[in-house]
Amino acid sequence: MQTSTSIESHVDEHAQHQAHGGGHHHTETFISKYIFSLDHKTIGKQFLTLGMLWAIVGGGLSVLFRVQLGWPDETFPILERIFSSWFTDGKLNPEAYYSLVTMHGTIMVFFVLTASLSGTFANLLVPLQIGARDMASPLMNALSFWFFVAASIVMFSSLFLSSGAASAGWTIYPPLSALPQASPGSGDGMTFWLIAVVLFVVSTLLGGLNYVSTILNMRTKGMTMFKLPLTVWAILFTAIVGILSFPVLVSCVVLLIFDRGLGTSFYLSNIVIGGKALPFAGGSPILFQHLFWFLGHPEVYIVILPAMGIVSEVLAVQSRKPIFGYQAMIFSLLGITVLSFLVWAHHMFLSGMNPFLGSLFTLFTLLIAIPSAIKVFNWITTLWRGNIRINTPTLFCIGFVSLFISGGLTGIWLGNSTIDIQLHDTYFVVAHFHIVMGVAAFFGMFAGIYHWFPRMYGRMMNETLGFIHFTITFIGAYVIFWPMHFLGMAGVPRRYYTFNEFEAFAQYDDLNKVISIAAIVVFLAQFIFLINYVWSIFKGKKATQNPWKANTLEWDAPMGNLHGNWPGELPEVHRWPYDYSKFADSETDFIPQTVPLTEAEKNEKH
Amino acid sequence: MSFILGLLTLVLLYIVIVQISKANELIKTLQSDGKEDEDSYGNSALYLSVLGFVTIIVSIASCFYYAPTLLPTPASEQGEWINNLMIVTLVLTSIVFVITQFALFWFVYRYHYRKDRKAYFYAHNNKLEILWTTIPAAVLTILIVFGIQKWFKIFSPAPKEAIQIEVTGKQYTWMVRYAGRDNTLGKRDFSLVKSDNELGIDWNDKKSHDDFVPDEIVLPVNKPISINIGALDVIHNFFLPHFRLMMSAVPGVPTHLWFRPTITTEEMRKKLNNPKFDYFVACNKLCGSGHYNMQKKVRVVTQEEFDKWFREQKSYYRWIVQPAIEDGSFKLATPASELKQSLHHNTAATHSSTEEKK
Repeated sequence: MQTSTSIESHVDEHAQHQAHGGGHHHTETFISKYIFSLDHKTIGKQFLTLGMLWAIVGGGLSVLFRVQLGWPDETFPILERIFSSWFTDGKLNPEAYYSLVTMHGTIMVFFVLTASLSGTFANLLVPLQIGARDMASPLMNALSFWFFVAASIVMFSSLFLSSGAASAGWTIYPPLSALPQASPGSGDGMTFWLIAVVLFVVSTLLGGLNYVSTILNMRTKGMTMFKLPLTVWAILFTAIVGILSFPVLVSCVVLLIFDRGLGTSFYLSNIVIGGKALPFAGGSPILFQHLFWFLGHPEVYIVILPAMGIVSEVLAVQSRKPIFGYQAMIFSLLGITVLSFLVWAHHMFLSGMNPFLGSLFTLFTLLIAIPSAIKVFNWITTLWRGNIRINTPTLFCIGFVSLFISGGLTGIWLGNSTIDIQLHDTYFVVAHFHIVMGVAAFFGMFAGIYHWFPRMYGRMMNETLGFIHFTITFIGAYVIFWPMHFLGMAGVPRRYYTFNEFEAFAQYDDLNKVISIAAIVVFLAQFIFLINYVWSIFKGKKATQNPWKANTLEWDAPMGNLHGNWPGELPEVHRWPYDYSKFADSETDFIPQTVPLTEAEKNEKH
Repeated sequence: MSFILGLLTLVLLYIVIVQISKANELIKTLQSDGKEDEDSYGNSALYLSVLGFVTIIVSIASCFYYAPTLLPTPASEQGEWINNLMIVTLVLTSIVFVITQFALFWFVYRYHYRKDRKAYFYAHNNKLEILWTTIPAAVLTILIVFGIQKWFKIFSPAPKEAIQIEVTGKQYTWMVRYAGRDNTLGKRDFSLVKSDNELGIDWNDKKSHDDFVPDEIVLPVNKPISINIGALDVIHNFFLPHFRLMMSAVPGVPTHLWFRPTITTEEMRKKLNNPKFDYFVACNKLCGSGHYNMQKKVRVVTQEEFDKWFREQKSYYRWIVQPAIEDGSFKLATPASELKQSLHHNTAATHSSTEEKK
């Protein structure tokens, strides 16, 4: 993918190795360099590439079911010709509809916004921004990617099973997910799903452990923790959350595998299906929900924290201003990390758990609004009296903040158990989480890609295409998800194949068409981004060494795919990463981290 | 054919967009001699700002436009508490929404890049940060206190005089059982479920003898109703949108809800000017391919109408089971005996409500 730039770097890489006598590298073939690479920059690109493929699949599935929801009475013979097993008489089958919904959620949450978002930016940025030559364990890092590939293959192939992919929702609540009699997707489809998720967790843990040990142990000289850019802080907390919560998902999934295959009753009890009483006794479906959401909730922070880190960093660079309240930003990240483990049962207010617990979880859930509010106010204050360069990375950062506000505020509604009695599992929830952790996280990811594209490929992306991409996606996001609040407040439940069975829900026919059209347009607009991305790799404008005039170390390392990042000594760090526009009288408005403090600066307390 | 044409048009559209964008970039580079172009930042800033303001204003306007389509006045006392809290939350979050969104899109225009100025080096301000930690904390405290207070009220034990009803979900229907005159539901067990005893009622328990199983849920207005909720196969969710109430129906884990309906169906019809209006139950937890159509009618009536309806209902036991036992076609079973015995199915199966066959 990165031929033209990498040929040059290939050349200087060899020159480099000879220069410091490093014989640790042998002749590189295409396969060792691009496929089974151990270089963190290449692994980052691999995560990004696979993530993009997954995003197309995940988005494409949502287009299919949006077609069903927008035009429930019409037939689509063309779609039937392409997806023959999912359609009957030109209409999507309900079973296929639920498989699509399930796979869309699973793919987007796990494969795109967890694996790809963290995988891309942790790999690309952690060693470069802390001044290390690579990850603590490059091999584990590569393994993390290859387990992701394995999980991807299993999950993707489940789409082609004759009994259909998993169809119990991405939360796979048993008994529905445990009993093939209850839903065809709970047969082989669910087995594939469970295996894929276990492989996926292995990938996440290998990656996460590596990120944490790299950040803690491999910082270059002078790079104290409080000189780290916020991207690194965010990735550190993300990895910690992942390490602590994903193992619980594995235990949750393994017990479900036992219930499905070995006749245990962890989650099942008193079940009659098809007129027959099943021999399960003593289990509780609510236990599953506790285990699942103990990961499931931290998971949404695993998705949003890296995006927050990216936005904090990019906003500071592009506004030529230090991020406002650097320490407050770190402590709010810490606050979110700690609280993220104390709020899981807010997904279960009405699950049948003891209502007393509802009060505790309301308390902790609403507390999360405080660190979130601090972050929003700090981002806005960062813009205040800045000198903001309005380019594509900035657009997506601003879009992120706008969406995070819109989606975050409805969290205050849903987190309150009393209001949740009305809104739980309605379209209001769909609107809330898509805006705050779906689209917002995507916006963070886009901001990161546009911003660090020159670091990845030595070229710039096309700005005009970036503006078009942003405009359609931003407006589209609001058109798709904002009206869903109204549907939810009118009582329309989520995961309905059609709304026509209820007179009260059918009134939003037109609105559903509008949402579906917007969803299709937004999906197509993403190809503008893809074209821009691929085209710019080969033909984009050549980037200068530090195109955004940023302070952080990744712009200090020579461009290109140099293995080991710095040709000679590792750089030494003297200052924090946010000295933008510090001295009114100096010619430049940035001071890289490698520049020693002046005498005057040494005397002032930092 | 039309599909291929559509695809071609799409590809063409992408090509046009890409070509225009390339040209645009080229023009920009030529105009600025390769240097940073501050005018373009000004234009971009204006563009982003207008885009943001329009999006936010249209979003807010759409709320007023769609407000009349939302759920009508809550039809239960509990629903009113929820509604009031929601309105308070709506007002508070709207204020924050407007202030932050407008500040965000105003600042990007007001402070866009200009060559001759520098950003203000403003790394932190403890006073400000304490201010916007404590204000949200204070506001949230109010919401938490009101929320938890109402939550405990809603999930307090039902009043003793409450009418006992049992609702059972199964793919894809709701079954209702009233406790009858003794207002006590008879025992049941999942192992007793058969085609002639779809709820698995234990007829050995005398309290079950006056229970009845109607096709619709009928409730008297202004009386506390206690609903015992369960499920046979998978998790369902008993959702009464007009009453603002919801509770999961979980196999193996009994759940409970009580409320006091305040508006009869007739009154609501007049209010909404819709003579066909009916309250309903919808399933709100994915339960399989028929999840989207798992409904049950709910009728709220005056006390007199309710009493009349109640008297007309026939006890399931007296009407179907007892005669069947007497003529030997139905054997009484207990959960324990079920393990060994199999039931004869016949006469009683005729009753099973038609709706459940769907």
